[in-house]
Amino acid sequence: MKEFKGRVVAPGSVTAPALVSHGGLNTLASFQKALQFGDKKATCGDQNNPDLYNKQMLGTALCLPQTIGSTTGGLVLYCACAMERQPACMLFSKPIDSLAAAGSILASVWLPDVKMPVVDSLGEEFLNYVKDGMTITVQEDGTVFVD
Amino acid sequence: MYLTPEQQAILDGSKGETMAKVMKTLVMYGETFGADKMVPVTSEYNHLVTSFGLKMMGPVFDLMQQLIDAGAVSGQRFSVDPRPVDPDVPANFLQKLIFNKFMYSKQDSYEQQLKALGLMNDDAFSCACYLDQMGNKPVMGDVLSWAESSAVVYANSVLGARCNRNSGIMDIMGSIAGFVPNFGLLTDEGRKATWIIKVECSRKPEAQLLGSAIGMKVMEDVPFITGMEQWLGTELTDEVCAYLKDFGAATASNGAVGLYHLENLTPEAKEQGAALVAPGAKVYVIDDAELQKVKANYPVIWKNRDAKPKLCFVGCPHMSLQQLKSWTVRVEEGLKASGNKKVLIPTVFTTAPAVKKEFEKTEYAQRLKNTGVILSYICPLMYMNNPLCGPMPVITSSNKLRTYTTARYYTEDEILIQITKGGAWA
Repeated sequence: MKEFKGRVVAPGSVTAPALVSHGGLNTLASFQKALQFGDKKATCGDQNNPDLYNKQMLGTALCLPQTIGSTTGGLVLYCACAMERQPACMLFSKPIDSLAAAGSILASVWLPDVKMPVVDSLGEEFLNYVKDGMTITVQEDGTVFVD
Repeated sequence: MYLTPEQQAILDGSKGETMAKVMKTLVMYGETFGADKMVPVTSEYNHLVTSFGLKMMGPVFDLMQQLIDAGAVSGQRFSVDPRPVDPDVPANFLQKLIFNKFMYSKQDSYEQQLKALGLMNDDAFSCACYLDQMGNKPVMGDVLSWAESSAVVYANSVLGARCNRNSGIMDIMGSIAGFVPNFGLLTDEGRKATWIIKVECSRKPEAQLLGSAIGMKVMEDVPFITGMEQWLGTELTDEVCAYLKDFGAATASNGAVGLYHLENLTPEAKEQGAALVAPGAKVYVIDDAELQKVKANYPVIWKNRDAKPKLCFVGCPHMSLQQLKSWTVRVEEGLKASGNKKVLIPTVFTTAPAVKKEFEKTEYAQRLKNTGVILSYICPLMYMNNPLCGPMPVITSSNKLRTYTTARYYTEDEILIQITKGGAWA
């Protein structure tokens, strides 16, 4: 088990299997198909992301450097949360970008029943270490355990 | 973050629960990025990215209704991104059925919400809201609460306004509150360049290709670009502004650039020169070979790489009046040279509704129509965001459209050859 410490953007604790994207997550491209066509597992639809394409995002500890793409990204993430198709948590190796921050903050404020802990600034080593399927435990203070 | 007593009172509920949530959203957003305080939004109008009544966005419509019901409407009127559907744009029976009955079935009701929230007028639908005809052009120093990456980068860079790369929904929160958290591109420090881009090309670089190369290299950082004066000069003419519009959109979509400075051209670069460059700025040299390399590395995700294009989009972001006129002439000349009367691939030029109306008053409108090109106010990106367009071979001169869809990128000259001469797509 290895421990990493990050900054809490949206608080919460959770344990979930890791899903790792080494490139930026294009939020619109990744979630649109799942949200539009009723895919409750939130299968990633971004053909440009070989790490995630066709993999289930629902309920995973999504590990990524940052999100990229359209400024609709924040509201798409908000919709995923409202429709209960969000990852269990989002763990960023870099400081969070403004679009992902907006999505997680909007969900945190406007969807009180939805919990999606978000931790950023976990460092490059975190993303190099974590692999798909590893068990991730996130604590309220931003400590992340990878097993 | 420091809040004034009035702001703190709103956060504590003095203006009701919904306004308290608006305030909390902005405070959390600011604290995430180290904002020291809120600053007033000073632009006359806002601009929102969310223009489409996409069925999947039910939670957004619910949130908008919550704001309307609470009277928490925008203090500013606003423009919004382009409409996603236009009956003039070619679509087969199945596509029309999916667009109108399934995907965008909430378009009409959402537009009613936008009107209740403060939409400028029925024509206020364009990603290029800053074009003169659209009437939403901030001035230097204005603080904005805009979203739409291509509009934000243009407002920051070409107009000298101040705006962060906000997400949809966050854009309207700042406008409702009347202030936004002070961080990033709103601050002098955040507007310093951390990259120097030395353009050493032998000819004028394609705007969308140069922007792509820079965006992919610097990502969200601020570049200071040198070496372009020989082609762009030192004045922001209509032609130069159109170039910068397309260039900026590519930096913002292929990377995450929210502001660039062009030496001796953009307003802050003219005022401050090299003082805009932060100590320790990294250097990226771009020459012909580098641009060629960038272009060659674009993935082609058509199922059949050699398929004949079925549709061509030019105008993402929306074309300016000057661009529509110059493209009309170029298409005419291309057709004349090839001995063809009309374009060989269904081709759609997209522009803002107000620009379209202005263009239609000119002699160029009939000339463009004679070439077979369709003029539309649609958002090509939204047109292509459906499963039927995935396998459809669409070509474009837009690097933004290439990035977000399966459309294949070609330079403007290559596009012209394809639509006027045909057969050169392999």
